[in-house]
Amino acid sequence: MGGAKSSIGYVRTEMLGEKPPPPTSVGVIGWMRQNLFSDILSTILTLLSLYLVYSVLAGVLPWMLKGIWNASSLNECREIIAESYGEGTEAACWAVIRERFWQLMYGFYPSDMYWRPNLALILLFAALAPVLFDKAPRWMLVFSVAVPFIGPWLLWGGTIWTPVAAFLGFVIGFFVNRYVARATGTLAGLLAGVVAAIVWWLFLAEAFSDALASVLPLAIETVESRKFGGFMLAITLGITGIALSFPLGIVLALGRQSNLVIVKSLCVGFIEFIRGVPLITLLFVASVLLNYFLPKGTEFDIILRVMIMITLFSAAYMAEVIRGGLAALPRGQYEAADALGLTYWQAQRLIIMPQALKISIPSIVSTFIGLFKDTTLVSIIGLADPIGWAKLIQSNAEWNGIVWELYGFIAFVFFIFCYLMSRYSMYLERKLQTGH
Amino acid sequence: MSELAVDREIDRSQMSVSDEVAIEITNMNKWYGAFHVLRDINLTVYRGERIVICGPSGSGKSTLIRCINRLEEHQEGTIIVDGTELSSDLKNIDKIRREVGMVFQHFNLFPHLTIMENCTLAPIWVRKTPRKEAEEVAMHFLEKVKIPEQADKYPGQLSGGQQQRVAIARSLCMKPRIMLFDEPTSALDPEMIKEVLDTMIELAEEGMTMLVVTHEMGFARQVANRVIFMDQGQIVEQNEPEEFFSNPKSDRTRLFLSQILGH
Repeated sequence: MGGAKSSIGYVRTEMLGEKPPPPTSVGVIGWMRQNLFSDILSTILTLLSLYLVYSVLAGVLPWMLKGIWNASSLNECREIIAESYGEGTEAACWAVIRERFWQLMYGFYPSDMYWRPNLALILLFAALAPVLFDKAPRWMLVFSVAVPFIGPWLLWGGTIWTPVAAFLGFVIGFFVNRYVARATGTLAGLLAGVVAAIVWWLFLAEAFSDALASVLPLAIETVESRKFGGFMLAITLGITGIALSFPLGIVLALGRQSNLVIVKSLCVGFIEFIRGVPLITLLFVASVLLNYFLPKGTEFDIILRVMIMITLFSAAYMAEVIRGGLAALPRGQYEAADALGLTYWQAQRLIIMPQALKISIPSIVSTFIGLFKDTTLVSIIGLADPIGWAKLIQSNAEWNGIVWELYGFIAFVFFIFCYLMSRYSMYLERKLQTGH
Repeated sequence: MSELAVDREIDRSQMSVSDEVAIEITNMNKWYGAFHVLRDINLTVYRGERIVICGPSGSGKSTLIRCINRLEEHQEGTIIVDGTELSSDLKNIDKIRREVGMVFQHFNLFPHLTIMENCTLAPIWVRKTPRKEAEEVAMHFLEKVKIPEQADKYPGQLSGGQQQRVAIARSLCMKPRIMLFDEPTSALDPEMIKEVLDTMIELAEEGMTMLVVTHEMGFARQVANRVIFMDQGQIVEQNEPEEFFSNPKSDRTRLFLSQILGH
């Protein structure tokens, strides 16, 4: 030790090795110490929460587990409960689910044709696989292209030429787009393609499918829309809403950022209008008002009308969610894409959208989940979705007065779907994580 | 501030300025709203030139080189790049962007793509190069910037200096005839600046036409054949580096040089 001057100087002669962490900070005990019992307050809160969870479960679990599965009416249920557990015992009456299961699932859909919605659902999963998971074989994309046309055909039936004609609309639109885009420009090509497809669908497709149907009648039995019901209806509405509102939302979000004033103000106007109106209003418009505006004699399917409204409603939200993702992208990404000579559409497809959508995954999935649950609103305009069926069942003499079991079951099924969507979004976020 | 960018002899055998004009800017003016950001710019760049543009912040130097590949639009005057005039004609803009590479201050790599995909994206989509060939070219340039082993990583996994070298490789994959550098080392930690300057010097040694906005005066001294000083949206002084640094003519230049070299 020298004077004050030399005490500042210090040289480490040996570098330190690694030491294991203290045992109280690792393993189960360490975890509990840190997360449950770190001090007195957290210990009290932990014990209080445990008590709360216990008392809820102690009330609900016996009610659920003692539930009666075999009965033909609520009264019979109550008698059985009183017999087996004594007078005054509260227990669930699951028999209603058992007895009305098929109606809750399919509505009035003819029972000998349940295979059709079932097959459509299986095909739907086959179609989703290559879109959702990049490990799925690429040839499965055939399903992704075909199912949007075959699915509705399976559900509603009729001649096979209707979906073929609908598909041809896309083919025509595609070729018109390519031809015009090469001759003039990308935007003109896009517009021409859309117009050509719409003209085909509105004026030519029906004649085409009628003509082919008279030559080669390949058809399955038609099922009318009013027979659709239960979860089949909810899923049909949910899936089409999700599948259609997503691309429409992207288009609206891009339109909102466009330099073209007309395109921009149309998109802003649409988004703000739709977001400013409750969905139930739009559904009433679909069910009641639309008939006044349409030319006399036009039959416009009620489910189709509702689908359009749900899609438009959700697309407006989707557009704003995606706009948030776009706004979060640094300006430099656009500049780098420009500087490399990518065109606007190439840049959007390869650089901007993949990143903007990735940022927005949690909100996109939230919007999807919201849309799926919002399909229950159609019960208010008289469609027999699960909630509509619950009301029908309750108004029946045998099951009058049953509440918890029905709504609990419906909530449970909805929960499974929504939870799966939520898990998928978390999986996707992890998979697309490219930071470290 | 170090006097030299690299402590080695620069190989000048390929560094020759030809008579061929690469970029011709005549009476160019640009406004941001009412703010006159570029004033009456006249600049002729010959093939093979290495031009360093310096000046205080807000002097319009970045805006100037960003006009050359139309990241910014000029309102008056003409810019002719490789014989093609920049106008609102998209075909011309696309053509020029294919010939002009750009390196940004913040790298602007695409974070959702691997290094290899970053380098092959534009060749595949813009130049329609077959994927295999594009990957060979990309590997060649990644070797050149000395990070071939990082090809399958994502930009977020690389250091700043490595990212900037990838950005240079990405530009080179388009086989540009002119390279623009917009403050390529300003966002880097000191120990990473050298590796990026090294890459840029190698590029200069191969005879690339380069316009570099930078404060690296060592690089200007060693590599540039011309230094341009800008202030308030105007070209105030330009000269050969030797003369520019030892004998600046204008007061503004002297003030600027004393501020960045003074300590």
